[in-house]
Amino acid sequence: MPRPRPACATPPESPFLMFDLSLHDLLWAPFAEFGFLRRALVGCLALSLAAPPLGVFLMLRRMSLTADVLAHGILPGIAAGFLVAGLSVTAMSIGGLVAGLVVALGAGAISRATNGREDAALAALYLVALALGVTLISTRAGSVELSHLLFGSVLGVDDPALFMMAGIASLTLVVLAFAWRPLVLECFDPGFAAAARARGGLWHMVFLGLLVLNVLAAFQALGTLMAVGLMMLPAVAARYWARSVGGLAYVAAAVALVSSYLGLLLSYHVDLPSGPAIVLVSGGFWVVSVLCGPVDGLLFRFVRRAHLAG
Amino acid sequence: MSYEISLSDLTLTHGRRAAVHHCSGRFAPGSLTAIVGPNGAGKSTLLRAIAGLHSGMEGRLQAPRAQIALLPQAAALDRQFPISCLDVVLFGHWARAGAFRALSRGEKQAARDALAAVGLEGFEARLVGSLSVGQFQRVLFARLLVQDAPVILLDEPFNAVDARTAQDLVRLVKRWHGEGRTILAVLHDLELVRAEFPETLLLAREPVAWGPTAEVLTAANRMKARMMAEAWDAEAEACLRDAA
Repeated sequence: MPRPRPACATPPESPFLMFDLSLHDLLWAPFAEFGFLRRALVGCLALSLAAPPLGVFLMLRRMSLTADVLAHGILPGIAAGFLVAGLSVTAMSIGGLVAGLVVALGAGAISRATNGREDAALAALYLVALALGVTLISTRAGSVELSHLLFGSVLGVDDPALFMMAGIASLTLVVLAFAWRPLVLECFDPGFAAAARARGGLWHMVFLGLLVLNVLAAFQALGTLMAVGLMMLPAVAARYWARSVGGLAYVAAAVALVSSYLGLLLSYHVDLPSGPAIVLVSGGFWVVSVLCGPVDGLLFRFVRRAHLAG
Repeated sequence: MSYEISLSDLTLTHGRRAAVHHCSGRFAPGSLTAIVGPNGAGKSTLLRAIAGLHSGMEGRLQAPRAQIALLPQAAALDRQFPISCLDVVLFGHWARAGAFRALSRGEKQAARDALAAVGLEGFEARLVGSLSVGQFQRVLFARLLVQDAPVILLDEPFNAVDARTAQDLVRLVKRWHGEGRTILAVLHDLELVRAEFPETLLLAREPVAWGPTAEVLTAANRMKARMMAEAWDAEAEACLRDAA
């Protein structure tokens, strides 16, 4: 006859007992417990849905550097907003938006003027923008605010910032859905797009506008120096997993979503700065993809497989 | 609607350099014309201008822009782009479908038929990156088929493709000619021009000769074209012909 179980059992042994954590404690409790972590997670997830597909298009157009230029280019505008109104989301966003649009148009003009050989001029542009931004901020603020603006503070995302990030993500997804066909055409065959009068230039401007908005949203969480981390790293990693533009976008978004979640967990448990933790995790995905990705991954070069018969 | 293309005193410039210089003449509706000439003679520039893609124009150029399909030089495209053959061909519907409209079943079938017509049946899902140069050129011809334009401009369509592919594509061009379309093709293979193209424009920045192929491709004309192309003057002064 089996012995009845005691009414109050000790919890079953967890595989994480050595850390004195249950699975629930490890994976979910931090978010359940702390509102600021929840907001950070929601903000980053919103960012992860919208920014990586833009990163895919940047990568396909060989414009990866442009995202960096934009992210640094918004700093003087943000600094101007900061000088006027302090750490106010609205003022800094307006400043950043204006500066971002100016830089985006400037980068486009440079690209046309140099016939596509724009990398040196773009590098010069973003170094100047970064130096100008840091100088402006330093006239009025201490190192705490400076590091807040440069490296972001995911954990400091407040409601207005969160609404802005979610709004930008929603807008981006809707516009991308409409602009998908012209964007792919403009990427693949700009000459055909021009001959078919597909308004390639207009769609490119729309794309740059989305880019500026997303860099602004990312700036709230990751700061200027790493704003494009969640945009470019997942896109570059996706290249090793997917073979179509749509597939690239899905994989990139998935990588970004998982990176956001794991990065925040990592930063909570190991006590790392959260923005860099998120970018580091997506960097880890990139390394793994380069090594093990089924599309041109390094590992597959060393695995000898019989060639096909036809 | 007239599908005539006419140039009157047309000068096309890159910066201040004239790529095409004081060029007059017309491509008759339904004509099949080869444009030949040495490198740097302005052949591609002229095609791009007719398609409306060139800025920097003096004189007059009349062309039915909305009716033109242009096949650019294959080297101008990014062949590593992750896109399938079928998707490339489907872009041929752009003039009718635009950016937003969903494609009908018939339109998708037309694209598949076009792929079959260029000998690429079963290649629908293949990525363009996995194609040979000749196969890629066939895909671009399939897109032209879908575009179904009355005026077709081909920029070095048979470069770097093997004899068999060139033969198939030439057959397609002749079919288009038979359907009454106006066709302009930039070519380097003079044997092919003599065999298949009734009209020829020999261009060396200025038209050297323009008319029936046999009368244009004479040794004297070709020598003249070569001399004109080599007479590149680094110290050239402003052209005074406009003032005269």
